[in-house]
Amino acid sequence: MWKELNGRVKYLLKTILLLIGGTSVGYSAADHDYVFEAGHSSLQEWLLPDLPPIPDDNRPTASRIELGKKLFFDPRLSGHGNMSCATCHSPMLGWSDGLATARGFKSQILPRATPTIVNVAYNSIQMWDGRKRSLEDQAIGPMEAVAEMHANLAELIPWLGNNEGYKSLFKSAYPNEGINRSTLAKAIASFERTIISNDSPFDQWVKGNSTALSKQQILGFKLFVSEDKGNCAVCHSAPNFTDNGFHNIGLKSFGNEPPDLGRFSQKPLAIMKGAFKTPTLRDITLTAPYFHDGSITTLTDVVDHYVRGGDIKTNLSPNMKTSLDLNSEEVAAIIAFLQALEGTPKPITLPMLPL
Amino acid sequence: MMIREQLKNKSKPFSILSLVLMWSLILNYQSTVWAAEFEVGQKNKAFSVPVLKIKQGDTVKFTNNDPFFHNVFSLSDAKFFDLGSFPQGEFRQVTFDKKGTVEVECAIHPTMKLKIIVE
Repeated sequence: MWKELNGRVKYLLKTILLLIGGTSVGYSAADHDYVFEAGHSSLQEWLLPDLPPIPDDNRPTASRIELGKKLFFDPRLSGHGNMSCATCHSPMLGWSDGLATARGFKSQILPRATPTIVNVAYNSIQMWDGRKRSLEDQAIGPMEAVAEMHANLAELIPWLGNNEGYKSLFKSAYPNEGINRSTLAKAIASFERTIISNDSPFDQWVKGNSTALSKQQILGFKLFVSEDKGNCAVCHSAPNFTDNGFHNIGLKSFGNEPPDLGRFSQKPLAIMKGAFKTPTLRDITLTAPYFHDGSITTLTDVVDHYVRGGDIKTNLSPNMKTSLDLNSEEVAAIIAFLQALEGTPKPITLPMLPL
Repeated sequence: MMIREQLKNKSKPFSILSLVLMWSLILNYQSTVWAAEFEVGQKNKAFSVPVLKIKQGDTVKFTNNDPFFHNVFSLSDAKFFDLGSFPQGEFRQVTFDKKGTVEVECAIHPTMKLKIIVE
């Protein structure tokens, strides 16, 4: 019935519903009819599947995850033996590094922020510019990059093969597959698939716990999904708060000369100039600073960025509005909702590495 | 008799021209009749079909049924095009004039993929 109403009537109804602000009214956002009641069936699309997509040739096992964890935390995999994957993707900093942009080999400043690896298992495309498809494909990239870990696999693979501990771990994790680029990548990917955030207050509310979110946070969620208000879910869509898509969001750095062209380097289409992958918002409170250039440090400034429709608007994503109609209370509600996306902190035990 | 022969000779080039004209009209008519239009929707960040088989000269109409913008492009040798971005309810058309396989994608949402086989 909702779809049969014309746009003007729809808009009027939506505005009335939003003004009512109750917790159980129907509301349409991005072609969805949501009922904002804890546990309502219309909201279930926001829950992550129990298992992320996993390739057939790399099913998770305890030994694969254990090996991957050791490799992930082992600085000896880098060219100078002093940088591990966890140097930039630190569990102490939301599986990122807390820096505006990453530091690479010999502390050189890299042009882009370290993306968190929280829930990357659910992404269908990896890296800010999407140049890697799978986690297995991605795992070796930063390791070999001259500007990042600067690893030399021609030396690293024999070193792993001569290490009794690693030799035994690889044999147990990937019997008959050997120690090579492929098994190295598969092990790291197996560990990365365990870094999951899926039990936030928002998840609990979607599952039926009516006290998991405050009224302000529920209002924030309504505004978040509303096309006429926050318009956030058009890109930060269910269930991992990303469309796995690419957008130019009008950051000031796009005005730099030369600008970072982002996705355009992979897909040379005008719309992709300055476009970067939509990041997840799960655990967003743990992964400041924000955006691919790390240019914004607070969630308030993030929302304000979208309220003014960005700064350099020469190639804005068509899915981004040039301004948002949000007052300060509504901005505060959206931020309160974003805070409800933080999962329960999970303690992590650092692995002992084979000498 | 002489007049009749003269007329006969004069009409020869005229007749050939007519034949060529008629033949081209027939060909044109046939291609118009034979060329088909296929519609492919874009809904829930997916094309309505993953693979589409068409004939050379056919047209595909891409319609956006999602409440946000999509883009349609192909960098394939058989057909290189970028239809730009367009919102819900709008469509763009492409005629495929060369045989081959065309990989079609949405630049904004790279999980959207469609293979068009032009026969």
